[in-house]
Amino acid sequence: MSFLAIKGLSARLRDTSFPILRDVFLSVEAGEVHGLVGESGAGKSMIGKALLGILPTSIEITHGTIELDGVDLLRLPPAERRRRIGATAALIPQDPLTALNPSRRIGPQITDRLVDILGWARSTAEARARELLDEVHIPDPVRVMRSYPHELSGGMRQRILIASAFAAEPKLIVADEPTTALDVTVQKQILKLIAEMQARHGTALLFVTHDLGVVSKVCQSLSVLYGGMVVERTTVRDFFREPAHSYSRALLAATPKYTDPLASLTPVPETVIAAVQAEVAAHDRSQRNG
Amino acid sequence: MADGRSQIRRRVGLKLWLSGGWIAFLVMAALCAPWLAPHDPLAQDLFLGRLPPAWVQGAEPGFYLGTDSLGRDVLSRILYGARLALIVALVAGSLTCLIGATLGLMAGFLRGWVDVVISRAIDIWMAFPPVLFSILLIAVMGPGLTSIILAIVVIDWTRFARVVRAEAMAQGAMDYVASAQVAGRRRISTMFTEILPNVLPTIVVLLTLEMGIAVIVEAILSFVNLSISTDDPTWGGMIAEGRTSIHQAWWVLVFPLVTLFLTVLSFSQLGEGLKDRFDPVLR
Ligand SMILES: Nc1ncnc2c1ncn2[C@@H]1O[C@H](COP(=O)(O)OP(=O)(O)OP(=O)(O)O)[C@@H](O)[C@H]1O
Ligand SMILES: [Mg+2]
Repeated sequence: MSFLAIKGLSARLRDTSFPILRDVFLSVEAGEVHGLVGESGAGKSMIGKALLGILPTSIEITHGTIELDGVDLLRLPPAERRRRIGATAALIPQDPLTALNPSRRIGPQITDRLVDILGWARSTAEARARELLDEVHIPDPVRVMRSYPHELSGGMRQRILIASAFAAEPKLIVADEPTTALDVTVQKQILKLIAEMQARHGTALLFVTHDLGVVSKVCQSLSVLYGGMVVERTTVRDFFREPAHSYSRALLAATPKYTDPLASLTPVPETVIAAVQAEVAAHDRSQRNG
Repeated sequence: MADGRSQIRRRVGLKLWLSGGWIAFLVMAALCAPWLAPHDPLAQDLFLGRLPPAWVQGAEPGFYLGTDSLGRDVLSRILYGARLALIVALVAGSLTCLIGATLGLMAGFLRGWVDVVISRAIDIWMAFPPVLFSILLIAVMGPGLTSIILAIVVIDWTRFARVVRAEAMAQGAMDYVASAQVAGRRRISTMFTEILPNVLPTIVVLLTLEMGIAVIVEAILSFVNLSISTDDPTWGGMIAEGRTSIHQAWWVLVFPLVTLFLTVLSFSQLGEGLKDRFDPVLR
C-alpha cells in the first residue's frame, strides 16, 4: 500500500464553485521521490496544501480521500488531523524569505514542532536542532540558532528550512518549488542537499516543480497536472523515453536540454492545449451528468 | 552600508530619548506633585492674582510660571494636571489598544465568520460621528473620569481594529504561518506566537498615538467643562480659563498649552522611536 494515496480528490472555490482540483489520483510510496509537474496555476501547490491541511479558507474540498499512512485525513477530527500531519509530514516552502518568522529567533522555530508535537524536552530538541544544522552544512549552528532570519542569506535560510523539515523525522515531505526563489548557483547546492537528506533519512518526497530537468535528476516517478487534473502518472524512466499523453510530450519538447540549451524549443502547441482543455471540459460535463 | 545603519540608529536614539525623557519627567511630576509643586494648586490669593512668570518684570519670587486671575500658581497646577492627563492616557490608551487590537487580530487572522462579525461592527461603529457620540455618552453617564475613559475606548477601538486586522491578514498569508500550521500548532496559538510579534511594532505606535489622543480628548472635554469636577486642576480647564484673560495674562494660557503640545508630540514620537527599536531588521 502506498504511503500517501490521494483518491478522487476534488476541490473548488467556496464562493463561485470554480473547480481547483478535479478528481485527482496520486500516490507516493514510502521513501519514494515523486515529481509533480505542470504549468503555473495547474494546482500543484493546492495538492500539497490539501494534504498538509493548509488550504486557504476560500477553497473547499468536495470529494475524495487523502490517505496518509493508511488513515484518511479528511475523516479525522481537526485536532487529531493536525497532530497526525505534524508527526508524519513536513513542508519545505518555496520562498525562504517569508518562510521563517522575521521576529523570532531561528532556534525555537526549528524546535517548536519537536516540543509541541513530539513532547520532547527543550534541551533535547535544541541538541537535535544543532545536529541537523550541522547535517545541512551550516557553520556555527549555535550562533545561527540565536540569530534572526534577516541576519542570514537566502541559501542559509533554505538550508535551515530543510533541516527544520527533517527535524521530526517525517515520513513524507512536500517540497513546493524549493529552489525557485534562489539564484542558480545556490539552486544546485540546495537540490543536492535535499536529495542527500532524502536518501539518508529515507523520507518520501513530493517534489513540486516546473523543471523537468530537475525531475529527471531527483525523482523516481511523476504526475503531470493540467487544470487541476492529473493527465499522466508514470515512472521517470518511461516518461523521458516515451510520454503517453500528448500534453506530456509537448511539455517535454518545451524543456531546454542541458546538453544543448540553445537548441530550438517548441512551445506547447495550441492544438495540444485545446485537446487537454477539451479533456478537462469533458470531465466537468461527466461530473455534472453523473 | 554599516555607516548608513548606525546613522539611522543614532537619530532614532535621539528622538526616543527626547520624547521618552519628557514623558518620564511628566510621570515624575504626576507622582511627586505634592513635593515638587511650590504651592497648593487650589490655594487662591487675590492679592497675588495675575503675577507674571519669574523672568518678566513685576514677578514675585517663588511663582516661576506666574499665577492666574485667582492667584493660583500656574506651575503647581500644571504639575497636578499631569496626574489626570497621564491616568487618562494610560488607562484609556491601554484599554482601547487591548480591545481594538484583540478584535483586529482575530478578524484578520481567523477570518471566516469572526471576521464578518467584527468587520460589520467596525463599519457600523464608524458611521457614528465620534464627538457627538462622546458628548452624548457623557451626558448620559455624567461627567467624570470613568466617562472620559469609556468615551475614548468606545470611540477609538476601531482605529486599532482596522489597522491590526489589515496587518494580521498580510502576515497570515506568509509561508511561516503555513509552516507553523503544518508543524501542528493550533490556530489560536499561531495567532499569539507567530502573528502577534510581527504586528506588535504597529500596535506600539498606535498605542502611543492613542495616549496622545487621549490627552487631547481629556483636555477638550475639560475645556468644554465635561471632564471631572472643575476644582481639580486640568490642562484643558487651565486653557479654558486662560483664554478669557489672554490679553492681561498670556502665561495662564500659554504654559498649559505648550505642556499639552509637548506631551502629545512626545507620545507620537515615542511610538515612532519604539517601532524602530522593535523592528528586527533595524535593531
Ligand atoms: N488563495 C487562493 N484563493 C483562491 N484561489 C486560489 C488561491 N491560490 C491559488 N488559487 C487558484 O488555484 C489554482 C491552482 O493554484 P496553485 O497555486 O496550486 O498553482 P500551481 O500549480 O502551484 O502554480 P505555480 O507553479 O504558479 O505555483 C489557480 O487557478 C489559482 O488561481
Ligand atoms: Mg505553486
